[in-house]
Amino acid sequence: MEAYLPIIWAGIIGFAVAMYVILDGFDLGIGILFPFAATEQERDLMMNSVAPFWDGNETWLVFGGAGMLVAFPRAYSIILPAMYLPVIIMLLSLVFRGVAFEFRWLGVTAKRWSVPFAAGSILAAFCQGLILGGLIQGVKVENGAFAGGTFDWLTPFSLLCGCSLVCGYALLGATWLIMKTDGAIEDRARDHAKTLLAVMLIFMAIVSVWTPLAIDRIAERWFTLPNFLFVWWIPAATALVAFATWRWLETGREALPFIGTIMLFLLGFLGLVVSSFPYLVPPSLTIWDTAAAPATQIFMLMGALIMFPIIIGYTIFVYWTFGGKVGEGEGYH
Amino acid sequence: MELDPVMLARIQFAFTIIFHIIFPTFTIGLSAYIATLCVMWMRTGLERYRSLARFWTKIFAVSFAMGVVSGIVLSYQFGTNWSRFSVVTGNVIGPMIGYEVMVAFFLEATFLGVLLFGWDRVPPWLHTMAAIIVATGTLLSSFTILSANSWMQTPAGFEMRDGIAFPVDWLAIIFNPSFPYRLAHMVTAAYLTTSFVVLAVGARYLLSGQQLDHGRTMLRMGVGFAAIVAPLQLFIGDQHGLNTLKHQPLKIAAIEAHWDGSKPGDLVLFAWPDEKTESNRFAITIPNGAALLLTHSWDGLFPGLKSVPPEDRPPVLPPFFAFRIMVGIGLLMIAAAWCGLILWRRGDLFNTRWYLWPLKHAWWTGFVAVICGWVVTETGRQPWVAYGILRTGDAASPVAVNAVATSLVLFVIVYSIVFAMGIYYINRLITRGPDDPLVEQAGRAAPVPSMSARGGAG
Ligand code: HDD
Ligand code: HEM
Ligand code: HEM
Repeated sequence: MEAYLPIIWAGIIGFAVAMYVILDGFDLGIGILFPFAATEQERDLMMNSVAPFWDGNETWLVFGGAGMLVAFPRAYSIILPAMYLPVIIMLLSLVFRGVAFEFRWLGVTAKRWSVPFAAGSILAAFCQGLILGGLIQGVKVENGAFAGGTFDWLTPFSLLCGCSLVCGYALLGATWLIMKTDGAIEDRARDHAKTLLAVMLIFMAIVSVWTPLAIDRIAERWFTLPNFLFVWWIPAATALVAFATWRWLETGREALPFIGTIMLFLLGFLGLVVSSFPYLVPPSLTIWDTAAAPATQIFMLMGALIMFPIIIGYTIFVYWTFGGKVGEGEGYH
Repeated sequence: MELDPVMLARIQFAFTIIFHIIFPTFTIGLSAYIATLCVMWMRTGLERYRSLARFWTKIFAVSFAMGVVSGIVLSYQFGTNWSRFSVVTGNVIGPMIGYEVMVAFFLEATFLGVLLFGWDRVPPWLHTMAAIIVATGTLLSSFTILSANSWMQTPAGFEMRDGIAFPVDWLAIIFNPSFPYRLAHMVTAAYLTTSFVVLAVGARYLLSGQQLDHGRTMLRMGVGFAAIVAPLQLFIGDQHGLNTLKHQPLKIAAIEAHWDGSKPGDLVLFAWPDEKTESNRFAITIPNGAALLLTHSWDGLFPGLKSVPPEDRPPVLPPFFAFRIMVGIGLLMIAAAWCGLILWRRGDLFNTRWYLWPLKHAWWTGFVAVICGWVVTETGRQPWVAYGILRTGDAASPVAVNAVATSLVLFVIVYSIVFAMGIYYINRLITRGPDDPLVEQAGRAAPVPSMSARGGAG
């Protein structure tokens, strides 16, 4: 039983990260698309479409952090110092965009808080990409502690990951808008979504080629038998979903493009898991090396088993309460 | 100049957490107040409760957002700045923070949406439910985080193996010796602080002759509440201190600036404690006063600072002065609340300018008391970060000094901007008052649709 606990916890944290990326991804995406809206009214509407949800979405980030501390304290205490600056800058960006939700409608001109909202969203997404890239590359560890430099994470590869994530979130945001708005905003979002989908696929392709070329352990994971027999379908499915999403965008579907984008994200995530598992701090520490005491993991697991269904239940309830399109002039009245 | 990374990390943590605690203090109290108003509105059907609830919900939204974003920063600082701390205590502290997220944060954050935007979307009973759920969420979150903090003060229910803490008895960990006192004291502090903000706003309206009806309602509710709770806080604080004497005697010695434990302590009203000469300068004391308060006997003894070598002592000045400010404010609050009670009985509560004027300016007192209280608690725990387990100097992350210094500067800049704007906007909302069309509609220019859409925004 004790040997399985870290696997269960890796699954739970993987789930939390996926929830975060999808949920906060679309509301960060709204911020990333802010500069491309035509008018302030349009921005109002875009913001209203996510305002009731952003706080709950961001809580998944808190859970991701807390979950790491609970289940893998040693990984937590290596990854965060290693990614010190990107983490701090991401947090500060989230401060700006978070308060912008409340400040924007109180300001003398709404414009004043549109800029911090957009800049905060873009920077937060970019930093998350940097962290992801930095982690895939690997972290220098000695005696169970971070032993590298302040800027180890800064490489062309991590910058590439930063840009991909900004693009990906923007795509989630655009397809969310297609679902939640109509008229001019929806049309523009559809145009944006097509461009973003194309760009994101290019980024995904570059990352997929780059990682096995640069990192042997990843090449070995994918391109040896029998592994390949189990994983070949991931890139194939990605191509299929990408094609379907494109068609759905062309044919004026409302909800399907959003769902297609979510599936693309999940497939990408699965790819990362295949590349890295069971390492939590590549290339040296696995989930077993960094796991907390079994008593700790069990105590938290009991809570998670009870609370997760409840949390997901009321989250669905709130999304349902605010379901439907946010039309012009209708809003939340 | 050599910068000390541990010192910088401490300054950064102190700065970010002091910023954070301002907002929970207010949102814990305010969410309970809004829930109360919603319930009163359901029961009486009086419009004035509804418009007050709507009004305070807008202010709540602004404060809550600042509380959330500054809290997210904190939860990551355990890793970025205190990674050794996370390794040593993670097995024990981790689950408490994990439970906080699962039982409290998701609940608050999700139902916040209903509370802010649900005025016309959901039926009144459901909206009132959302208000109650959010208030409960803030209480649950105080419960878990204060349990974690209290465990760092008075650790229990664990064993050390190879320098790492392992849990043995979860109940003993959660209900560690200082936790019940700290929870009671902090929650009461939050309610009290909020009641003085409500009082200040009520006084402001009465003095300026606007929103009279609302002003009176707030004054009545505030005075009635504070008259009971302010004395209660004195009692809880006293018990809290007695309990601390049992578990962290040096903290009490620092609070009382009591150097020599072989003599009964004097009650030091004012002094300048001097750590070099190990004595108090300019002291004004009540002989044997502290002995009487703490041991309930005229010549009772309690440990002095000199009972341990200097490197094991907490700093004296911060706990000493912060404690006096906190207690001073507590006593003033009792005086203010009872004064209001007397005026109320005489029928003069709403027109006594000498009473209303200082009250209008007293909105910040509770926040200062809360911050001072935390300074007492946290600096009095030094040099330990987890009492008796891990020294603060050994808890920091292996991060370059420059990175910590840079991030500290960034925090100060960003938080200053956000804080200044937040205060400015809240003040503007208060000036406009509950009946203002902007507050009622939250739509600035009516034709702008989404602005009126934001009207749902609570
Ligand atoms: C006595 C209460 C109390 C104390 C001592 C603290 N907090 Fe706090 N915190 C709250 C009471 C609270 C709250 C009432 O639940 C907040 C305040 C405003 C809010 O939005 O929720 C909150 C928000 C909040 C959030 C955002 C939650 C969300 O996403 O909704 C985080 C991550 C933290 N806190 C973390 C911390 C950490 C790591 C602390 C200590 C080091 C801490 N808090 C001290
Ligand atoms: C919210 C109210 C709180 C306030 C205002 C507060 C304030 C402070 C202050 C001023 C310090 C610096 C002490 C010094 O360095 O001399 C400190 C230290 C610390 N506190 Fe708290 N604290 C609060 C709650 C908590 C909680 C709930 C936790 C943990 C669960 C916590 C964990 C720590 C840690 C890890 C330190 C070590 C850093 C240090 O000693 O400087 N604090 N706190
Ligand atoms: C009226 C007389 C009061 C007394 C005798 C008193 C006593 C104390 C003591 C002894 C501590 C330190 C406990 C420890 O660390 O072990 C403390 C902490 C604290 N006090 Fe007070 N207090 C009083 C009033 C207030 C008021 C009015 C507020 C705020 C409105 C307040 C807020 C706090 C807070 C937030 C803490 C830190 C958290 C904690 O340890 O509970 N106190 N108080």
